[in-house]
Amino acid sequence: MKAHLTRRYRFSASHRLHSEQMSAQENRATYGKCNNPFGHGHNYVLEVTVSGQVDPSTGMVCNLVDLDGVVEREVLSRYDLSNLNGLQEFAQVVPTTENLSIEIFEILQRGFAQAHLDRVRLEETMMNSFEYAGESEPRH
Amino acid sequence: MVYLTRKAEFSASHYYHNPDFSPEENRRVFGKCNNPNGHGHNYTLEVTVKGEVDPRSGFVVDLKQLKEVMHREVLDAMDHRFLNKEVPEFSTRIPTTENLAIAVWQRLETKLQKARLHRVRVYETPDLFADFYGEQ
Repeated sequence: MKAHLTRRYRFSASHRLHSEQMSAQENRATYGKCNNPFGHGHNYVLEVTVSGQVDPSTGMVCNLVDLDGVVEREVLSRYDLSNLNGLQEFAQVVPTTENLSIEIFEILQRGFAQAHLDRVRLEETMMNSFEYAGESEPRH
Repeated sequence: MVYLTRKAEFSASHYYHNPDFSPEENRRVFGKCNNPNGHGHNYTLEVTVKGEVDPRSGFVVDLKQLKEVMHREVLDAMDHRFLNKEVPEFSTRIPTTENLAIAVWQRLETKLQKARLHRVRVYETPDLFADFYGEQ
């Protein structure tokens, strides 16, 4: 039988929302306070959902130790206590939480093969969150 | 179609062990969860049902009835129990969060009136949960 498993993780990072394709005035109009040149930070909560057949010998979709290991190595160690704008993937891409969700989804899709990656959900604050499920619609 | 979710909490203990594995393999696969004396969690259960809103009552499902079914079929059997030893499903299946979600689904599926079961979500901790949608 197929089950879906979700794990939550936390990291803190700073960013500045600023597009080189917009004028200074347009950046301020679009991003408001988020365009402050010195940046600002968030405590992000990352939810990773994977799915697959429950292995009868273990009762598991995948071993959580493996999932935790990949998320820690590939995502948390890269983004925790970082300035997102200084990272290579955000040199040309605005580090909105939408774009960060897509980036994390793609990192995990490349790095985690033990179960199907359903979606990534990223809470920027308690009041807003973003989801990316690749080409498929996230399931609620 | 409207979806309605009811939450409940229960506390239980469990451990992970496959009798077909060697002691070393059990420890390697299940880690600390293999301790035979078990350990406990405060579980949160979310049961989501779906259906059309009855024009006379405005309900998808009678919430009181849903609550009673959840209590009778799940909480009475699992709250303050050692899942491996006291819940029959787990004499042959390992009581992981995934298998708990499946067991709750199987206990509720035929007991609901009107509304259909959409999803069973079981939180083992606030940072770990399993969803089951009845998929084979």
